[in-house]
Amino acid sequence: MIADGVEDEEKWLAAGIAGLQQNAFYMHRALDSNNLRDALKYSAQMLSELRTSRLSPHKYYELYMRAFDELRKLEMFFKEETRRGCSIIDLYELVQHAGNILPRLYLLCTVGCVYIKTKEAPAKDVLKDLVEMCRGIQHPVRGLFLRSYLAQVSRDKLPDIGSEYEGDADSVVDAVEFVLQNFTEMNKLCYTACQSFILLADPELRLAVGLSGLQGPAREKEKREKERSELRDLVGKNLHVLGQIEGVDLDMYKDTVLPRVLEQVVNCKDELAQYYLMDCIIQVFPDEYHLQTLDVLLGAFPQLQPTVDIKTVLSRLMERLSNYAASSADVLPEFLQVEAFSKLNNAIGKVIEAQPDMPTLGVITLYSSLLTFTLHVHPERLDYADQVLGACVKKLSGKGKLQDNKATKQIVALLSAPLEKYNDIVTALKLSNYPRMMEYLDSETNKVMATVIIQSIMKNKTRISTADRVEALFELIKGLIKDLDGSPDDEVDEDDFKEEQNSVARLIQMLYNDDPEEMFKIICTVRKHILAGGPKRLPFTVPPLVYSSLKLVRQLQSQEENPFGEEESTTPKKIFQLLNQTVETLSNVPAPELALQLYLQCAEAANDCDLEPVAYEFFTQAYILYEEEISDSRAQVTAIHLIIGTLQRMHVFGVENRDTLTHKATGYSAKLLKKPDQCRAVYACSHLFWVDDQDNIKDGERVLLCLKRALRIANAAQQMSNAARGSTGSVTLFVEILNKYLYFYEKGNPQINVAAIQSLIELITTEMQSETSTPDPAADAFFASTLRYIEFQKQKGGAVGEKYEPIKV
Amino acid sequence: MVLVLAIGDLHIPHRAADLPPKFKSMLVPGKIQHIICTGNLCIKEVHDYLKSLCPDLHVTRGEYDEDSRYPENKTLTIGQFKLGICHGHQVIPWGDLDSLAMLQRQLDVDILITGHTHQFKAYKHEGGVVINPGSATGAYSSFTYDVNPSFVLMDIDGLRVVLYVYELIDGEVKVDKIDFKKTATTHATH
Repeated sequence: MIADGVEDEEKWLAAGIAGLQQNAFYMHRALDSNNLRDALKYSAQMLSELRTSRLSPHKYYELYMRAFDELRKLEMFFKEETRRGCSIIDLYELVQHAGNILPRLYLLCTVGCVYIKTKEAPAKDVLKDLVEMCRGIQHPVRGLFLRSYLAQVSRDKLPDIGSEYEGDADSVVDAVEFVLQNFTEMNKLCYTACQSFILLADPELRLAVGLSGLQGPAREKEKREKERSELRDLVGKNLHVLGQIEGVDLDMYKDTVLPRVLEQVVNCKDELAQYYLMDCIIQVFPDEYHLQTLDVLLGAFPQLQPTVDIKTVLSRLMERLSNYAASSADVLPEFLQVEAFSKLNNAIGKVIEAQPDMPTLGVITLYSSLLTFTLHVHPERLDYADQVLGACVKKLSGKGKLQDNKATKQIVALLSAPLEKYNDIVTALKLSNYPRMMEYLDSETNKVMATVIIQSIMKNKTRISTADRVEALFELIKGLIKDLDGSPDDEVDEDDFKEEQNSVARLIQMLYNDDPEEMFKIICTVRKHILAGGPKRLPFTVPPLVYSSLKLVRQLQSQEENPFGEEESTTPKKIFQLLNQTVETLSNVPAPELALQLYLQCAEAANDCDLEPVAYEFFTQAYILYEEEISDSRAQVTAIHLIIGTLQRMHVFGVENRDTLTHKATGYSAKLLKKPDQCRAVYACSHLFWVDDQDNIKDGERVLLCLKRALRIANAAQQMSNAARGSTGSVTLFVEILNKYLYFYEKGNPQINVAAIQSLIELITTEMQSETSTPDPAADAFFASTLRYIEFQKQKGGAVGEKYEPIKV
Repeated sequence: MVLVLAIGDLHIPHRAADLPPKFKSMLVPGKIQHIICTGNLCIKEVHDYLKSLCPDLHVTRGEYDEDSRYPENKTLTIGQFKLGICHGHQVIPWGDLDSLAMLQRQLDVDILITGHTHQFKAYKHEGGVVINPGSATGAYSSFTYDVNPSFVLMDIDGLRVVLYVYELIDGEVKVDKIDFKKTATTHATH
C-alpha cells in the first residue's frame, strides 16, 4: 500500500517493483503450465503498477524497464502459442478484456508485434491500429512510456523497402506515417510533461499540491532539467527511426517527413524541445538531404522561440556540411548548385539581427563555423572568406578589446582556420579583414595568435619575400614584437618569453629575397619593428637581423659593381652603417658581450670588402665595450680570444692601424685577472705578429717578445703558487709555451733557436722532478706527447728532420 | 660497433631557423650511442632536441651558447679511443691545424673534435686525428663563404674508427667515408 502525504519516491518505487515482481512470479508459473488465462490475468496485474502517478520519470523508467523485460517473455510465449495453432486474431481479441486501459494497451502492443510477425495481416494495418489506440492514454508520463514501448517493439517490423514486412507498393509511406504519428503524439505529451515539471519546480505550488518543500533549489532544478531531457530523448528516438528507414528517399523527406516534423517543432513552442529537435533533425538525416532542403530548414529558424539557442544549431549544421564537403570532391558541385554559402550567410545575418543581445562568443562561433564551411566548400574564393571575416569585424566593431576568454579562444580558432587551409600566411594576408580581426584581441591572445602564425610559417617553410608582406606580417604579430598596452608585461614567465622571442628570431630567417634591393628593404622594415621591442627583446632579435644583413653584404660582393648604379642603390657600405646603428642599440639592454661579438663579425665582413675605415670603426667600438663594459673575468677571457682571433685574420689594415689595435690587444691580455689566463692570452698574441699567408706580417722579434713575456708570467705564476700554497703548481703553462716555440721554430722564425728550445725543455724537466712541484699527470702526458712529437718530426727526414735533429730530448 | 655523432655550430636561432629537413629525418632516436657537440647550439631547445636523440650528450661551450655552464673542453673514452672536445674559438689561429694539434697533445687524446670554422675537416697526424664536423645547419661563418650543412658519424670498432661525413650539397645528401686505424702503441708512462 502506498502511504499518503509525505513524498517518498524511493518507497513507492520499491513498492511498485515488489508488486510487479510478485505478479511476474505468478505469470511465470502460469506460462510454465500453459495457462493462458492466468498468464493474462497476472500480466495485467503486473502492468497495473505502471498506472502510478507518483513517480518522477526517472523512477518510472526503472519500473518500466522491469515490465519491459517481463513482457519479452510473454511475447515469446505468444509466439509459441501461435505455433501451436492458437489464432493470433483470437489472442488479439482476448487481451482487450484486461480491465484497465494501460495494461490492456501494453498487452495489445505486445500481441500486435507477434501478429505482424505471423504476417496474417499487413504490418501497416496493425501498426495503424495500435498507434491510434494509444490515444487512450493522455497522461503525459504514462503516455510517453507507452508510446516509447510501441516504438521500441515495432522498430524492426516496419514495412520498409527490402524488409520482410514490405507489403504492396507505397508501404513505406505507411511506415513513415506510423512513425510520424507516434512522434507527433509523443511530442505533445512531452510538452505537457515538461510544463508540469516547470510548475512543480515552484516551491509554493508543491506545497499546495501536498508535496514537500524542495531539497535545495539548484539541485532540484538540475534534477528536473535532466528528467525533461530524458523525456525528450524518448521523443527524439522516433526521428532516429525515421532516419533509418531505407525507403525514405530525398523526395519523401522533402515532401512528407521534413514538413511534418518541422510543423511539430514550431508548434510545440518549448524552447528547449525546439532546440533539441532541430539538432536531432540535423544529426539524424543525411547531409545531402540538408543541402537540398536548406531553404526549408533555414526558414524554420525565425519561427522558433526567440530564446532558442539557434546559433549552436546553425553552427552544428555548418560543421556537418563542412565535413561533408571535405569528405569527397564530388559533392562540391552540389553546394554550388544550391547556393549554400549565400543562404547560410543570409541566415546567420538574420539570426544575429533578430538577437541583438547575443553574446560575442555566439557571434564569433557562428562566423567561425561559416568560415570553416567556406574554406572547405569554396577554397578558391578568397572573397567569400574575406566577406565572412568582414561581417564578423562589423559585428564586433564598437565593442573594444574582448575580455571574454572563450570568445578570444574562438577568435583564435577562427583566424587559424585559413592558415591551416591555405598552409600559407601569404594567402591569409590577402584577406583584408584578417588584420582587422586581430585588432580585437587583447595582447595575451594576440601573442597566442602570433605564435600560431609563426608556427605555420615554420612548418610550411613559407618564404616571405617582399617588404610589404613583411610589414603586414609584423603588424599582425606585433604582440610578440613589442609591448602592446604601453607598459611592459611583468607577469610573463621567463621561459615562455624566451621561447616567444626565439621563434621571432627563427622567423627572421624566413624573410628573404634574391633581389638585393628588395632584401635591403626587408631588412629595414624588420629593423624598424624590432627596435620598438624594448631592451628585453633586442638580444634575441638583433643577432638574426645582423646575420641577414651580413649575408646580403656577401651577396652584393659577388655581384659586379655597377659604375652607373644609382645613388640610392644598396651598397655594403650602407649596410655597414645600418649595422653599426643597430648593434649600438644593444647598449640600452645592456648586452656588451653580445655587442662585442657582433662588432667583430661586422669587422671581418668589412675586411672582406676591403673597407679599412669601416673595419677599424667596428674594432674601435668593440674595444670600447671591452674597456668600459666587460668586467667579468670569464667574459673577458672569451672576449680576448675573439678579439685576437679576429684581428689575426684581418688583412685590410695598414701598418699604423694594425699596430694600434695589436698593441691594445696585447695590453688587455697582460691585464687579465688570473695569471694562467694572462699567460695564454699573451702567447696567443704572438700570432698577431706572424700570419702565414701575409708575408709582410712576419715579425720574428715581436713574436719572441710575446713568448718571453708569457714565460715571465708563467714564472711569476709559479712563484705566487709557491708563496701561497707551498708548492710550485703545474708546469702545464711551460709545456704550452714550449709548443709555441716549436710552432714558430718550424715556421722559420729566425729569432727562435735550438738553444732557447733546449733550455725550455730542461727547465720543464727540472721543474717536474723538483720536490716542491705538484704532481700533475695531465701535464706529464702533455710533455711526453710533445717530446714524442719532436722525435716524430726528426724521423720525417728532409728539411723538417734537419731542423729538429739538434734538439735533444 | 659504437656510433658517435659529431655535430655542432648550429647557431639556432641567430643564424639558422632549423636543421635541414633531410638531416632531421636521418637523425632518429635510438640509433646513436653518444653525441659529441662542439658548441654554439645556441638555445636550450636545441640541447633538448639532441638529448632526445641520445641521452649521452657531451657539449662544450661556444661563444654564443645561452648556457654558460658548458665546459671549455672535455675528454671522454669510448672503446679504445680517447676523445677530446673543444669549440675552437679558444685556439688561435682559428682553424690552424698545428695549433689544434697542440691542444690534442695537451688533452692527450686520440681524436680531437672541434668546430668554430663551419668547415668540415678530417686531418690525420702523428698524434691522432682532428675532426671538424662543420655546421649542421650551414650557418653563416666569417671563415668561409661556402658553407654546406654537414655532420659526422663515427663508427668506433676496436682499434679502428670509420668516419662518415654527411654533407648537404645543392639539396642532396652526399656521404663520404674515411678510415682511421689506431696503432696499438702504448704511451710512455711516467
